[in-house]
Amino acid sequence: MCLGIPGEIVEIPPDQTDLARVDVSGVRRAVNIGLLDGQPLRPGDWVLIHVGFALSKIDEAEARAALEFLEGIGQAYEDELAALRDSSIER
Amino acid sequence: MRFVDEYRDADKARALSARIASLCEPGRAYKFMEVCGGHTHTIYKHGLEDYLPETITLVHGPGCPVCVIPMGRVDDAIHIAERPDVIMTSFGDMMRVPGGRGSFFDSTAQGADIRMVYSPLDALKIARREPDRQVVFMAIGFETTAPSTAMTVLRAAAEGVRNFSVFCNHVTIIPAIKAILDSPDLRLDGFIGPGHVSTIIGCRPYEFIARGYGKPLVVAGFEPLDILQSVYMLLLQLAEGRSEVENQYARVVPWAGNIRALRAVNEVMELRPYFEWRGLGFISHSALRMREKYAAYDAERLFDIPGNRVADPKACQCGEVLKGVLKPWECKVFGTACTPETPIGTCMVSSEGACAAYYNFGRFSRQRVREATR
Amino acid sequence: MTETTREQQVLERIDRARQRKARVREERITMAHGAGGKATQTLIEAVFLDAFRNPLLEPLEDGAVFGAGGARLAFTTDSYVVSPLFFPGGDIGDLAVNGTVNDLSVCGARPLYLSAGFVLEEGFPVEDLRRISASMARAAAAAEVSIVTGDTKVVQRGKADGCYVTTAGVGLLERDARLGVAHARPGDAVLVSGPVGEHGVTIMLARGELDIEADVTSDTAPLNGLVAALQAAVGEEVRCLRDATRGGVATILNEIARAAGVAVVVEEDAVPVRPPVRGACELLGIDPLYVACEGRMVAVVDGDAAESALAALRGHPLGAGAAIVGRVRDDPPGLVLLKTAFGGTRIIDVLVGDPLPRIC
Repeated sequence: MCLGIPGEIVEIPPDQTDLARVDVSGVRRAVNIGLLDGQPLRPGDWVLIHVGFALSKIDEAEARAALEFLEGIGQAYEDELAALRDSSIER
Repeated sequence: MRFVDEYRDADKARALSARIASLCEPGRAYKFMEVCGGHTHTIYKHGLEDYLPETITLVHGPGCPVCVIPMGRVDDAIHIAERPDVIMTSFGDMMRVPGGRGSFFDSTAQGADIRMVYSPLDALKIARREPDRQVVFMAIGFETTAPSTAMTVLRAAAEGVRNFSVFCNHVTIIPAIKAILDSPDLRLDGFIGPGHVSTIIGCRPYEFIARGYGKPLVVAGFEPLDILQSVYMLLLQLAEGRSEVENQYARVVPWAGNIRALRAVNEVMELRPYFEWRGLGFISHSALRMREKYAAYDAERLFDIPGNRVADPKACQCGEVLKGVLKPWECKVFGTACTPETPIGTCMVSSEGACAAYYNFGRFSRQRVREATR
Repeated sequence: MTETTREQQVLERIDRARQRKARVREERITMAHGAGGKATQTLIEAVFLDAFRNPLLEPLEDGAVFGAGGARLAFTTDSYVVSPLFFPGGDIGDLAVNGTVNDLSVCGARPLYLSAGFVLEEGFPVEDLRRISASMARAAAAAEVSIVTGDTKVVQRGKADGCYVTTAGVGLLERDARLGVAHARPGDAVLVSGPVGEHGVTIMLARGELDIEADVTSDTAPLNGLVAALQAAVGEEVRCLRDATRGGVATILNEIARAAGVAVVVEEDAVPVRPPVRGACELLGIDPLYVACEGRMVAVVDGDAAESALAALRGHPLGAGAAIVGRVRDDPPGLVLLKTAFGGTRIIDVLVGDPLPRIC
């Protein structure tokens, strides 16, 4: 439920505090950042966009941690496959 | 695309898939409900079930805002839209949803002025541009979308725009999950929690599911690896005998949610005593209406609406599908009388609806397809 | 009975239901009837084909091919309604010329002569009409066709949206190639001549309602040069050509699968989509495979000729972004399957109407 797309803030116009220009894969749109009141936002930050509003600031450290976990699983899987190959060669 | 492509990696999926298989107890069947229709869409769109062992069934839940709108509310909206002084605005999702007397598209063919918008703010913009018309926004969606509607109303009030109003159909997810947990005909092993709703409400509201009902829940993101990882996390909880709320989608979902957004919703809207959900019937405290203070922006107060209850078509088993009791193809009319061209039920209309997802993306024998794509 | 067999039975029942004769259930025309998807198909089959039925019309190709005075001719017509009339990369004028040139080209014909009919709304600026005509003249010169006859009608203000253009065209078939969607065979390769979805996204954004800015321009272009290059290289091996307009590449692939009774298996990774088109589609929740192109074609060629066909397309400026996107298989007949970039499988169906921007 609810399509949310990550976009990168490219500009926060100084005269309109609740708007930011956001880039999604080369496509730009102004989104309302009023729901992120109080969170410092800068160009280069990523936000989740839903119906023209930024709902949440994307936490890059959390994203990295999740990817590292997935890579860890991938590495373990590769090691197992390699071990399996080695053992079948021995046999 | 960043934060998208990284989570669509086939190599990582294969590795996760192997882990998932190794966590499954031999001979045990697992049923997990993805509450949110967005997850249903992702699962079918990316062919995610190819990575799951056959002993794991993903049951599609009620979290599809379009699917749960009862026919009577669509009729009410059309009734408002047919007034010559009104411009009805709506997300594209609603345009084909059938009410008792047709859809928005049928209504535009009869001359009603119904326009698609991307954001409620776009509806407000139309109101500013056309001060002589009444611009009504057909508000649908769960907690994810309600704050955007609320912020738009607050903006309209601040600017003193008087020709803008909201036909409020926002619903809340927790009562629906509770209704499913209390329904006797479904045995579930755990939940894949709705990621984008949780950006607003946070993870705490699900704790009663883990504690009270003993079912694990993992709040999940919307890319295919997010969902696979969530299945893995659910299986791990089961294997370790835990029943907790976990957050797989921490890059987007803060544990506490978005207080600012909840405040905006609470300022503008209040819980309805009860609301009808299509297929699920009346559920108490499960939807939002505009507060008295914002009566001037409440289309329900501004316009006479018939408010008739329209019974779902007899043949339609959307309720059972929404509760996850029936798989889409098990419905009596699926794919024959009810198709995307001639939808009887809402589940066949919304791109998130389980029936539409299965019909459009998954309508084939997996075995034959495996042969064909080898 | 196992669950799998029960599911299989339901799938077969659905398949039978889909074979049934099309019937228009609506009492009035809706926008979906013009979108190029299932609703359009149904309308054409149930109303027009029913009334006009004849062997030339029946294959429902982009144009009709027939013999006359010893020559083989192709004949086609198309109407153009677009809002806005002027958009990045083109306008209704070059669209109307290129569209008819392309319909003739994908029949395997060399386009020769076009007609142009205009429906104008009272109050429409003459200056705009000049611009449109100049653009038509340029497009015709580029495609080496002449606009040799025409018609003008004016309707009252409010009865039309500025300017509609209808073009018809005749072309000459110079080689004996018989192209048709029904000719696709298992083992064939499926190519697209360039990145998909650019025209449709350009129009959606040019309307301005979505407030989205992107560096996308319409792909409107005449395909006759590209078709000639392809035919010169692998003429005998080409089974069918279609320009992927309304309904996008997905709709064309379904027409091929259905007409030839074959399966088309597409690799998602292989389908060229430029980043801003992808970005706009993600944001709006639509699939670029369903978005219209106006200068791209789908080609089905013998599998052994796939690489030569690709080289021929890429050797032409309009085919620089061409790609082999899939293969034709024998089973399951009538279905288009997608191997997703994620490594899963799903089908690609025909949409009912236009892809709608969605929030969920």
